Amino acid sequence: MTYQKRTKDQLAARVAQDIDEGAVVNLGIGMPTSVANHIPASREVLLHSENGILGMGPAPAAGEEDYDLINAGKQPVTLLKGGSFFHHADSFAMMRGGHVDICVLGAFQVSATGDLANWHTGEKDAIPAVGGAMDLAVGAKQTWVMMDLLTKQGESKLVQACTYPLTGIGCVKRIYSDLATLACTAQGLKLIDKVEGLAHAELEKLVGLPIRN
Amino acid sequence: MINKIAASVADALADVKDGSTVMIGGFGTSGIPNELIDGLIAQGSKDLTVVNNNAGNGDTGLAALLKTGRVRKIICSFPRQADSYVFDGLYRTGKLELELVSQGNLAERIRAAGAGIGGFFTPTGFGTELAKGKECREINGKNYVLEHPIYGDLALIKAERGDRWGNLMYRMAARNFGPVMATACKKTVATVHEISDLGELNPEHIVTPGIFVHQIIKIERQATQSGGLRKAA
Repeated sequence: MTYQKRTKDQLAARVAQDIDEGAVVNLGIGMPTSVANHIPASREVLLHSENGILGMGPAPAAGEEDYDLINAGKQPVTLLKGGSFFHHADSFAMMRGGHVDICVLGAFQVSATGDLANWHTGEKDAIPAVGGAMDLAVGAKQTWVMMDLLTKQGESKLVQACTYPLTGIGCVKRIYSDLATLACTAQGLKLIDKVEGLAHAELEKLVGLPIRN
Repeated sequence: MINKIAASVADALADVKDGSTVMIGGFGTSGIPNELIDGLIAQGSKDLTVVNNNAGNGDTGLAALLKTGRVRKIICSFPRQADSYVFDGLYRTGKLELELVSQGNLAERIRAAGAGIGGFFTPTGFGTELAKGKECREINGKNYVLEHPIYGDLALIKAERGDRWGNLMYRMAARNFGPVMATACKKTVATVHEISDLGELNPEHIVTPGIFVHQIIKIERQATQSGGLRKAA
């Protein structure tokens, strides 16, 4: 059987599909940012940005950028009607106090039981930068990871135990990847869905871990 | 008469001592008090510890301060940026000490200092490298890490409007760390683009009450520039 990987857009749309009306969502830097483009206009979702914005809107039109209004990735954004600004301690109270429903983060590695490694490769020359990842990982009601399932070298980013430095322990609930959507549980991985044509046994072989149906 | 309006940046920063801990507001390029950082460079104090979310962009502002070699240590959450080459070079050659702090702990440790809190237990970082050597405790079945306040000698922040009592309002997401840093330092100096008469700022809209602010300086408005941008994935 042959199968097609989800494109980046398809993956972002797959994540967006599971974000319900009324949810407060924090989208991490990089790939997760694109999820916002796939939330239907008919669904009211509040986007939170760690630098003190709730009710963040899409990127402004060219020429309309205001660099006092940027997202966590330092890209210019807009504010929706009803949106608000607040200082950093309030912003992180939202994140750490369980007020954000969903955060979507990228990852270097995720373990079958939901340990997350996404801030540091641990290489000697690498400059560590953690930002708000550790706060979100343990503070949001649900932490979802969005990533390619395999590294460029073909190794699984889903592992029995993370070898990169940890961001949080047992904090990831779901993994949205280019090949499958999976739940992390105390008992290991559970399949939510997978791309058409990808056999269950083939997915388990790629990941190298058992996946329950 | 209380009058916190300083005649110049140089006047406001004249008494900064060597070895000071200086908190500098800003996230990315928004809310960075560039004129005050330039003033600190001109003032010449050294052996500084700087607290900022990042570690400078390009060659201006915080990056220019780091370049002078007068900063001994930086406490921040996200030093690595597309254009943080000044920091990168100093860090890699061991000329600048880094205390990496999760961004929520950075904000909360500053808040704790300002609120007279001696320490707090947070789940952030439990079981990670950033909790190494720190006291951990299980409270109601959940694991927490003890974090301590960060006290500052001087806060440099960028606000939008102020008055002679030191009341401040901010603009959009340029607010970020300003209000918490103002509470945590022995002295807070803020730039504003407008100085209002007492009573003109709507008391319901004042974000930082003047009790936390010691000097304000009017700076001509300039649009915040882009910088440190990462391309969308």
